[in-house]
Formats: sequence, structure tokens, C-alpha cells
Amino acid sequence: MADAAGRPLLRVEAAVKEYGERVKTVALAGVTVSLRAGEFAALVGPSGSGKSTLLNLVGLLDRPTSGRIWLGDTETTALDESGLTAVRARMLGFVFQFHHLLPAFTALENVMLPEWGDTGFASQALRRRAAELLRAVGLADRMSYRTTDLSGGQQQRVAVARALVRRPPLVLADEPTGNLDTESSVEVLELMRRFNRELGTTFLVVTHDPRIANACDRVVELVDGRVQSDHQNDAPR
Amino acid sequence: MPFAWFVALRYLRDAKGQTALILAAVSVGVSVIVFLSALITGLQASLIEKTLGSQPHVTVRVPREAPRALVEPSAETAIARNVQATSQRLRSIDQWPLVMADLERVAGVTAVAPLVTGAGFALRADAKLPIAVRGIDAERFLSILDVRRSLVAGRYDVAGGNVLVASTLATDLGVATGDKIRITTTEGVDDTVTVAGVFTLGNEAVDSTWVLTSLRHAQSLYALPGGATSLELKVADVFEAERVAEEAHDRSGLDAQSWMKRNAELLAGLSAQSGSKAVIQFFVVVAVALGIASVLIVSVVQKSREIGILRAVGTAPRRVLAVFLIQGGVLGLLGSIVGSAFGALLSKLFESMARDPNGAPKFPIELDLSLFAATAALATGVGLLAAVIPARRAARLDPARAIRNG
Ligand SMILES: Nc1ncnc2c1ncn2[C@@H]1O[C@H](COP(=O)(O)OP(=O)(O)OP(=O)(O)O)[C@@H](O)[C@H]1O
Ligand SMILES: [Mg+2]
Repeated sequence: MADAAGRPLLRVEAAVKEYGERVKTVALAGVTVSLRAGEFAALVGPSGSGKSTLLNLVGLLDRPTSGRIWLGDTETTALDESGLTAVRARMLGFVFQFHHLLPAFTALENVMLPEWGDTGFASQALRRRAAELLRAVGLADRMSYRTTDLSGGQQQRVAVARALVRRPPLVLADEPTGNLDTESSVEVLELMRRFNRELGTTFLVVTHDPRIANACDRVVELVDGRVQSDHQNDAPR
Repeated sequence: MPFAWFVALRYLRDAKGQTALILAAVSVGVSVIVFLSALITGLQASLIEKTLGSQPHVTVRVPREAPRALVEPSAETAIARNVQATSQRLRSIDQWPLVMADLERVAGVTAVAPLVTGAGFALRADAKLPIAVRGIDAERFLSILDVRRSLVAGRYDVAGGNVLVASTLATDLGVATGDKIRITTTEGVDDTVTVAGVFTLGNEAVDSTWVLTSLRHAQSLYALPGGATSLELKVADVFEAERVAEEAHDRSGLDAQSWMKRNAELLAGLSAQSGSKAVIQFFVVVAVALGIASVLIVSVVQKSREIGILRAVGTAPRRVLAVFLIQGGVLGLLGSIVGSAFGALLSKLFESMARDPNGAPKFPIELDLSLFAATAALATGVGLLAAVIPARRAARLDPARAIRNG
């Protein structure tokens, strides 16, 4: 896989993550996995199997005890904190399980946040792009609402819009539909699939919901901190 | 608006209660500082003004005659008492017009006046009172002490046998303008003069002894034709007086004494006062800083999840740092504005309440823009400084930990 087209967007190699000083919890016991650009992959597994841990490592929010992680051409375990922040800003979008919107900000400001917080300024172009995304997720009339005044599904859609505002090549979503009803879950999933189709954004989605997993191109299963299975979904959904 | 400013102001606005409370605390602190500064500065200024209302900034006169040994001690002669204090007599400054011209060139000197001063008695009817005769150059002396403005009766005139008499002395002698008094001096000279005016300088020792006459008249009263026993100097900055005195001494070889030397006790008192003011202000500043710091630390703890999210979605640590530094600075600045206004109000109120019977304020207050500017700068700086620890804590928050567990 020497050519640029075939090079994976994300490569995790023998990633180990241990927690604790004296009593060690092994959350990841050597995970090797990679994602090609444009893939829409599900990460499944029982509770405590290390899904969130893996996502945090890939999201550069945490460092592996050992192993390596490449994002594009960058080997990230060698980077310092400001290097990590820069790669995070350039390459990654996040949708967290508990949406993690900021209550002090409006929906629009939340969507603008990733670029605004990185560059320090809110350009008109950014404002337009954020508004466009909110329209695309069906929240045109809720832009200036504080996020605490939105429903759970609406909040999660704002979170998806926020993850996409910088057009990152890779979006990491940790149980994005975890506390949504079926209808809202489908909406949010559809939304992500649409951006995957239209913008070619790569998604790695942690989920417990078999229906969501079945709607993905590929399903990676973790058990006890190891990759148990990794297969393509021939007919998603 | 830059991101950090936006977030900082939003946080301050959202936490209304907390913000209002700490602003109130900062304001109270600042108003104490402003009030104390205004009061003490005003008090000191008026004390110094009062002191300098009746004495020159620098006085230059002939040095005391040093006692000379009559016999030098040697191997054979032991001496029980080597020195006998010399009695001092009135002497004129040698070539005083030249000395005066020279002293006028000393940096910071704005006026020089020649005087002949001596002691004597004033006699009228049964009264015989000790006086201090001061022969002055009418024009020049006005720039040293503005006696014309201190006249309570009559006119400023010391020519042709006219004299000005200090108010208490005039009362004690029972004289008013137009009356005549007899003067005898320590040189044994006698003369009768006419009271042209009565003045008061606000210093009891001065007001009960001074008689101002012309330089020429005093020269004849003390048998010092053409002489001057002292030169009095006025300087631009009163606290430069000591330096000017030293320079005057170096240039002329004469004795030069500044008002600061003469009033060393007053100055020591003032500086002790300034010192205690500084101590109080220091502790107020510390209290304000601790207040701001503690509010921001609480805020960082409360918002640690939000800060983690900010960090996780790409906000650089230094911007998180800025968010909290700005909050500290803004709290300090706003508090100083409110506090300055409050302190000014308090000062004015105090000034108008504590008044002398004649309506003049007992504690004159000195408020100026530089005090407000300095206080604002200080409070902002303290706010920033107080925010350093919370801000660093915020910037170092681990985004992963904040994200976990919803
Ligand atoms: N900060 C931590 N300190 C200690 N142990 C941790 C920490 N975070 C996770 N773990 C442990 O690591 C293991 C994997 O946790 P992780 O959160 O990755 O599981 P998960 O697959 O996301 O589970 P779930 O589906 O319940 O979210 C668990 O055993 C957990 O207890
Ligand atoms: Mg999890």
C-alpha cells in the first residue's frame, strides 16, 4: 500500500492502554486496525471492552501506553500537546455520546466552536458555513437557541453539525444515538451517512445498537481490549 | 470579537450572581484604596502647605563661628576643657548680592530674597514685648511668602518708617494700622515706626513676634549698613528643597537649611503615615486578589467539563488560559471603575461632613485623574495576576477526563 490512494487515513498499530498506577486495568491489549478514506465503520463490543478508550486514543484526547497511531502521514504519539491540538483541529471531528455541547453558547456558536476556538476569530465565512450546516440538519429555526433549550435529538444534530464544520477527513462518534429514541437515532444516522456520501467524510461510530451497526459499511468488534472480528457489511441496512 | 474575549465575557455574564458579588468585593476594596489615598494625600498636602505658609523653603545664612582652641594640647600640657563656645553675633553675608545672583542660578530655585533679621523689643504704653525684626526687600519677599495675601488690615508697605506687624503681636500691643510703636534692637538702636498693616500667617510663633520692615531700615537697626544676614529661597518642588540647600551650601560655603531639615519631625510623621497607608492598601489588594482568584478557581472547577470540550474540539490551551486571564482582568477593571466612583463619593461626603467652624474642610481631599488611572491599572493588574493560577489550571485540564462519564 505505497500509493497515496491506498494509504489508510487512520492506522492504529498494537495500541495498548493501561489505566491505574498500582492496580492496572488493561483497557486495550494491543489493537491494530486501520480505516481508509471514505469508510463508514461501526465499532461494537460489550460494555467495558475498550471502545471509548480506543476512540479517545484515535481522537488524540489520550495517549496510548504503547503502540502507534497514524493520522494521515502524521505519527501522533511523538507529538507534544500543541502538536496534538493542531492535528485534532485539522483532521478530526467529534460527536460524543452525551453530545457535549456548551450550555453557555447558542446552537450556532456551538457549531462555530471548533474553528473559532482554534483560529481565535469568527469569520463571516465560518458563520455562513455553520448556518448552512444547521439548515442541513434541519435546525434552521433554532440557530440562536441556547443548547439547553433544545431536545436531545436536536442537540445531537447540533453536535453532528459541529463535528463537520471544519470539513474534517475523519469524524469520531461515540454512541451518537445512545440516548435518543428510535426515530431520532435514524435521523442522526441518516445525517452522518449523507455527509459520508456527499463530502466523502470518514466515520468511526461506536454503537451498541445492532441496527446502526448493520447500516455501516464495516463492523469492527472489540472484546476485552482486542479486536474480535472485523468484517465488511455486504449489504448495509 | 476574539474568541477568548467572547467566551470570557459570556461566562461572566452567565454567572451573574458570582460576578456581581466579586465585583462588589473588588469595588469595596478599590474604594477603600481611593478614599485612603485621597484623604492622606490631601491631609499631607494641606499640612505641608500650612507649614510652608510661614517659612521659606531654604534659608541661607552665615555659618556659626566655630570655637577656636586657645591652647593646643601637647605632650606636656593636658587640657581639661579645650573649647569654649563662642558667642554668636549678627554678621552680614559677604558680597551678598553676588551670592544671591549665584543662588538664583541653582536648578529648581524660583526666587531669592535678601533679609536682615534680628531680635528686639516692641514698646507701647505699658507693653514691652520681644519681637523678631525682619528687614525685607518688599518686592522680592513677596515671592518667598505672600504676605500681601495674608494681610488682615492695612496695606503692604514697609517703606519710609512703615512696618507690618503680625496679628497676635498687634493685639498684644494693642495697635492697629496708623498707630506708632517704639522698637529697640539688640544692637541698642531705638526707633519709632508706623504700623501700615497687620498680617497673619497661621503660625503662632510667627504671628506673635514678627515685625516686617524694609531691608534698609533693618540694616540701620542692626548697624549692618548694606548688609544682609540671610537669603531666603523658594523652590519649584518643595521636596527638592533639601537638594537645593545642599547645592546652595556647596556653591556659597554658607549655611543652608531647608524646610525639610527644620521640620524633620513633621516629615517623619508624614512618612509614617504614608507607610501605614501603604500597608493597609497592600492588605486590601491581597484580599481583592484572593477574592478574584477564589471565584475563578470555583469557576474553573464548575466548568471543567466545558473546558474539556473546548479543548477536545480544537481550542488551544493558551486560548483557554486567555479566557480566564481576561475574566480576572475585566473583574479588576470593572471593580476599579465602580470602586473609584464610590471612593470618590465617599471622600467628598467625608470632606463635606468634617468641616472647621469657618466652613473650610478639616480634611481636604485630593482626588485627581492620576489616582484613578493608577488604581485602575493596579486593579486590572491584580485581577490578571489573581487569574494566573486558575487560568493555568484550566489550560492544563485533561480533555479526555472531562469528556468521560458525560
Ligand atoms: N480513566 C479510567 N481509569 C481506569 N480505568 C478506566 C478508565 N477509563 C476506562 N477504564 C476501564 O477501561 C475499560 C474500557 O473502558 P471503556 O470506557 O473503553 O469501555 P467501553 O467499551 O467504552 O464501554 P461502554 O460500552 O460501557 O461505554 C473498562 O474496564 C474501564 O473500567
Ligand atoms: Mg464507552
